[in-house]
Amino acid sequence: MPHIIVCIKQVPETQEVRLDPVTHTLKREGIAAIINPFDLYALEEGLRVKDARGGTVTVITMGPPQAEVALREALGFGADAAVLLSDRAFAGADTWATALTLARAVDKLGGADLIFCGKQAIDGDTAQVGPMLATILDIPYVAWARKLAFNDGGAVTVERLLDHGYDAVETSLPALITVVKEINEPRVPSFKAKLKAKKAAIPVWGLADLNLAAHEVGLNGSFTQVVKVFPPPARGTSEIWTGAPEELAARLWRRLKEQSKAQL
Amino acid sequence: MSLIFYSDKCIACGECVEACPFGVLRLEGETLIIGDGCNLCGACVEVCEVEALAVPETEGLAPRPETPPDGVWVLAEQRHGELAPVTTELLGEARRLAEVLGVKVAAVLLGDGVAHLSEALLYAGANQVYLAEHPRLADFVEETYAAALTELARKFQPEIILAGATYLGRAFIPQVAAGLKTGLTADCTAFAIDPEKRLLLQTRPAFGGNIMATIITPRTYPQMATARPGVFKPATPVAAPYGEVIRVDLAALGRPPRSRFVGTVAEIKERIPLNAAEVIVAGGRGLKEAKHVKLLEELADLLGGAVGATRAAVDAGWIPYAQQIGQTGKTVSPKLYIACGISGATQHLVGMQSSDVIVAINKDPQAPIFQVADVGLVGDLFEIVPALIQEIKKDRG
Ligand SMILES: Cc1cc2nc3c(=O)[nH]c(=O)nc-3n(C[C@H](O)[C@H](O)[C@H](O)COP(=O)(O)OP(=O)(O)OC[C@H]3O[C@@H](n4cnc5c(N)ncnc54)[C@H](O)[C@@H]3O)c2cc1C
Ligand code: SF4
Ligand code: SF4
Repeated sequence: MPHIIVCIKQVPETQEVRLDPVTHTLKREGIAAIINPFDLYALEEGLRVKDARGGTVTVITMGPPQAEVALREALGFGADAAVLLSDRAFAGADTWATALTLARAVDKLGGADLIFCGKQAIDGDTAQVGPMLATILDIPYVAWARKLAFNDGGAVTVERLLDHGYDAVETSLPALITVVKEINEPRVPSFKAKLKAKKAAIPVWGLADLNLAAHEVGLNGSFTQVVKVFPPPARGTSEIWTGAPEELAARLWRRLKEQSKAQL
Repeated sequence: MSLIFYSDKCIACGECVEACPFGVLRLEGETLIIGDGCNLCGACVEVCEVEALAVPETEGLAPRPETPPDGVWVLAEQRHGELAPVTTELLGEARRLAEVLGVKVAAVLLGDGVAHLSEALLYAGANQVYLAEHPRLADFVEETYAAALTELARKFQPEIILAGATYLGRAFIPQVAAGLKTGLTADCTAFAIDPEKRLLLQTRPAFGGNIMATIITPRTYPQMATARPGVFKPATPVAAPYGEVIRVDLAALGRPPRSRFVGTVAEIKERIPLNAAEVIVAGGRGLKEAKHVKLLEELADLLGGAVGATRAAVDAGWIPYAQQIGQTGKTVSPKLYIACGISGATQHLVGMQSSDVIVAINKDPQAPIFQVADVGLVGDLFEIVPALIQEIKKDRG
């Protein structure tokens, strides 16, 4: 029976974030916290493996206390257990420190046959935590999966996206797989599971529970450091043209021939 | 570890509340409340004029080791003997950085039967080519590529490693960074050197392109980054290449692999790959029906370009996922981007806003796409695009 771990991250919903057109700063009134959208596909794939082959699905997240909400939501989709990794010392973690903390949690859970991660988190946007976690755990890993097929010998064939198209890669288990959204269509949480999720106990593991020292996690344990954050440069003022289609087309073509550096 | 706040200094101006990209801060009357979820990014610290906020100092950390012996490395990304365009872009940038640091530029070429590519790398300005050829490197597998590059870096010890933020690069470079126990900055769009501290300043968009962050790797080597394709100018060829090719045998390739390449299932058949196209004609929800994609294709063909799409047009099944541009698709920066019937959701804008010239055609004058467009045409795309096609044909006789 496979033990499946799904890593999820709670993120601010970017759909609701608008750039102020004048000041070019973020308008962040009422940013809702959601499960990173890509992680829903990772969770669904974990649940599908369980539906087909048995086993259990555990979701883990590292985050502030409020990230418990995301875990409860994941339980509502049908995950069996959830663990929150939360400690003041974890704040400011880069992808390495995040992956190290997750790795210790995976160890404490007794390891896993399959670990699923999303393609990337929509806030940090790095797509680095999954591959780093696999390296620390020393298990094989395949990126950008759109389809899994289990082989008789206990290996899994992964169809995955690359720049040129789709390749198939076979990997032994245990393994870590990051998924793209083509892989499945996440289910709708069942009422029953949601009810159960409300009451579920979610353990919180901190520094001491994970056998980590303060200098290994959070800002202290990070190899990268953010030194400056600023809004993206505004693009030049735009010209808005109105008029008859033929007129607009002729004017545009003239402009493009003059201005565009492309070979037209 | 948490954000440091000196309440006695705070004048409750609210600047920091506005600046925090994560909605962590709020003012309740005259009191600043620091909520959950601060990741110590420091955006609030920058804007506080009275220095009431500070990011805690890291403590008890090992000092930075001595500068390693080798210079700036660029991963020469190739598939079946063909170099990815990002390789020469990064070599150009690496030369610029190496000059400031006074070090050499090396290209790392991994593959099978790829030795002939060394010449192109030397012409693009590499002083050295580290060449590792092995049948197991013929096709990409994360584990194999990561083990190979990790071993090479341990052996020759570069100060900096740059790779393309392609699907391939982003798949395995994080494993190399983790293996070498060093930092990695993702998907950079600008680099600079702090000459005094010999630090690589790596700038990247985050939060779906809504903020930019400059990131350093202050206490480990190599300093590693993936860089967005299409952002840096390709290296101008050197007149007479003077580099050397260093062949390396790697022990990692002798170990039994846990994952192996099985085969290519499907090639994306783009007439011109999106990343390489100088012109992109993209369509969104405004296309209304699959059959109207033909209109965009006709215009793209005339301009020698490719067709792109928003997520809405892909989800509707009109245009394949491979052509999706934006946060959940590809990032492009062509010389000309023509957006047809695209409203301009942030998720799409982040994938195309670094294009040289952006033209938007939309019926709705309020559409956010007009905010990033250089030229915005208000009108019906089903009238304007055919008129433009006619105009081009007429002009070319
Ligand atoms: C502006 C800014 C820029 C940054 N740039 C970098 C950078 O270039 N390099 C760097 O190392 N760090 C960077 N960081 C830090 C980085 O955002 C955090 O380390 C973050 O916790 C994880 O990275 P991510 O959000 O990019 O996740 P990704 O690596 O994109 O996430 C991939 C998958 O990993 C899993 N995962 C990610 N985070 C968690 C979690 N907390 N708990 C459980 N599962 C998780 C999920 O399955 C997710 O889908 C940056 C932070 C900020 C604020
Ligand atoms: S450090 Fe960054 S995340 Fe924390 S409160 Fe300041 S702006 Fe917000
Ligand atoms: S920017 Fe500084 S002074 Fe203004 S509210 Fe924030 S902490 Fe107080």
